[in-house]
Amino acid sequence: MEIDSQNPGGTGTGPIGNNPETGIAASGNGAQSVAEYQEKLKQTQVSRWESTSKSLRKDWQLYTFLILPILYLIIFQYLPMIGNVIAFRRFVPGGSMLGQDFVGLRYFEMFWNDRTFWRVFRNTFTIGGLTLLFNFPIPIIFALLLNEVKSVKFKRFVQTASYLPYFISMVIIAGMIMEMLSANGIINQMIAYFGGDTIIFLQRAEWFRTIYVASGVWQTTGWGAILYLAALTNIDPNLYEAAAIDGAGRLKQTWHVTIPGILPTIMTLLILNIGNFMNVGFEKVFLLYNPLTYETGDVISTYLYRIGLGSANFSYATAIGLAQAVVGFVLVMSANMLSRKLTNRSLW
Amino acid sequence: MHLNDTKGYKAFRIFNIITMIFIVVVTFVPFINIIAQSFSSERFITAGEVFLLPKGFNVETYRAVLSNQRFWIHYRNTIVYTVVGTGLAMFLTTLLAYVLAKPKTRLKGKGFWVGFSVFTMFFAGGIIPTYIVYNNTLNITNTMWSVVFPLALSIYNMLIMKAFFENLPPSLEEAASIDGMSTYGIFMKIVLPLSKPILATMTLFYAVAYWNAWFQAFMFLNDWTLFPVTLFLRNLISGATATGEAAAAEAGGAQIASNVRSVSMFLTVLPIILVYPFVQKYFVTGIMLGSVKE
Repeated sequence: MEIDSQNPGGTGTGPIGNNPETGIAASGNGAQSVAEYQEKLKQTQVSRWESTSKSLRKDWQLYTFLILPILYLIIFQYLPMIGNVIAFRRFVPGGSMLGQDFVGLRYFEMFWNDRTFWRVFRNTFTIGGLTLLFNFPIPIIFALLLNEVKSVKFKRFVQTASYLPYFISMVIIAGMIMEMLSANGIINQMIAYFGGDTIIFLQRAEWFRTIYVASGVWQTTGWGAILYLAALTNIDPNLYEAAAIDGAGRLKQTWHVTIPGILPTIMTLLILNIGNFMNVGFEKVFLLYNPLTYETGDVISTYLYRIGLGSANFSYATAIGLAQAVVGFVLVMSANMLSRKLTNRSLW
Repeated sequence: MHLNDTKGYKAFRIFNIITMIFIVVVTFVPFINIIAQSFSSERFITAGEVFLLPKGFNVETYRAVLSNQRFWIHYRNTIVYTVVGTGLAMFLTTLLAYVLAKPKTRLKGKGFWVGFSVFTMFFAGGIIPTYIVYNNTLNITNTMWSVVFPLALSIYNMLIMKAFFENLPPSLEEAASIDGMSTYGIFMKIVLPLSKPILATMTLFYAVAYWNAWFQAFMFLNDWTLFPVTLFLRNLISGATATGEAAAAEAGGAQIASNVRSVSMFLTVLPIILVYPFVQKYFVTGIMLGSVKE
């Protein structure tokens, strides 16, 4: 970059191919300054390579740190990414991971015309939206309320207790949900106590989203509040005093001091959440749904898992997965760009 | 200060304490219910009479599950995967985080390497191509490696660690370098000893992730003797699968009883609950470090 700006005329000519001509041209009388200039140019063009190779030679040990992690990323992240080409090429089981012959957008047309695809698309959208609607603001409210607790010990106890569920395996979470919601589980015991009828929740499509979102709130609220609590402790106490002197009550102090204090954190996490909007957790849906709740519970990732590994339609499933990944990527990028424009804050 | 509190604020504080207690109760009830079921007899569970205390108290279910050979095979697998996986993950993560924490002036092409790593956070290969790579290209399905490799480098964890390394005072490394110490020497003798807190945090993050993982095993493993305990549990919960049925038969019932499920769940979650009170502060430290940018 630096080289180009110094010498716009030198674009495209490599340092090696340039050398002999330069030498001859420079031998003329009175062209000494030109020769010097060319020599200088040669040096700057070479210097970048030289500094890199010098740095490699001198500091080779540092660069060896890169080898294994980068190799890992190439094999386990980038190779599957390349494997996405089977969305455009027919994959034959046992054949090349890159597929057999090019079929263009056939698999994309296929899901565009697939009714089930639109059902799982709608479900993904709804579940993602509901998760954002509840799982995003509830930790903020929880952090604000916890911040008002005066006893440090009680505060720490509540906090520690609240993020325990975050560290529990999804299998256990699903198991507990099933036990609690079963016909003889504690929820139905409570319903019976108040004289209601037993509901087999996990077999009723209309309950799936509620179960998904509520258990998500139960599992992630405490953990989600950590960053807000950290931001809250960083607010200057003088601001509260100043507000109090100006006659602001507790509510006004919260509104004018606390909320602005944690707003940057809120923005950052909002970007992340919007970016992950379409990545509805595969594991929980997969563990909790069944054919009776496909209508509301089946999402893109579970659907493509079934048609891919269940029915061996590898290319078709890959096309759906690729489309989802691209949409997800665009969402993160747009959310980040929007945030940079609106609030001058972004993830990168 | 307290004297100036308005009546409304005092009412709010009482309401707030009650809300907090409610949150704690709601958090614990599902766990307590599982523990109560695990000590109850199946008869009372089916009748819907077990809430927070065991009914028909017995430890027979524990005896049955604990004497089940299969359960121990799965449990042992989980321990092996957790130890091997965490070791590998720590190795890869520490290397990458250390080198990427170096300034541009020392690491040529730093921007590219950071981008190369971070890109994988936002764009993944997808389930099907990943399966094909593991199964057809690498041929490691139905081996331990198909469970260990998928979680072996979390870029998110790497970034937290990178932030930690960036905050270490550079003068120590410079001094050692002037004294003629090699980069490897500096890394081993100076950087790692200074990084104990972050290494502890990351080890815990990875260990929990490996302990809890089940989906990789579900997707890549066919041989039940390789299953981790979480996958055994998944099969138990979702009912009539070979492993589940066999376990239930050995546990002394034709169908998988709620108390068998509860005992298995409790035994799987137990290590996490046991270490949790002691290590939770490290988790918090970890996420705080990650949030410190610049």
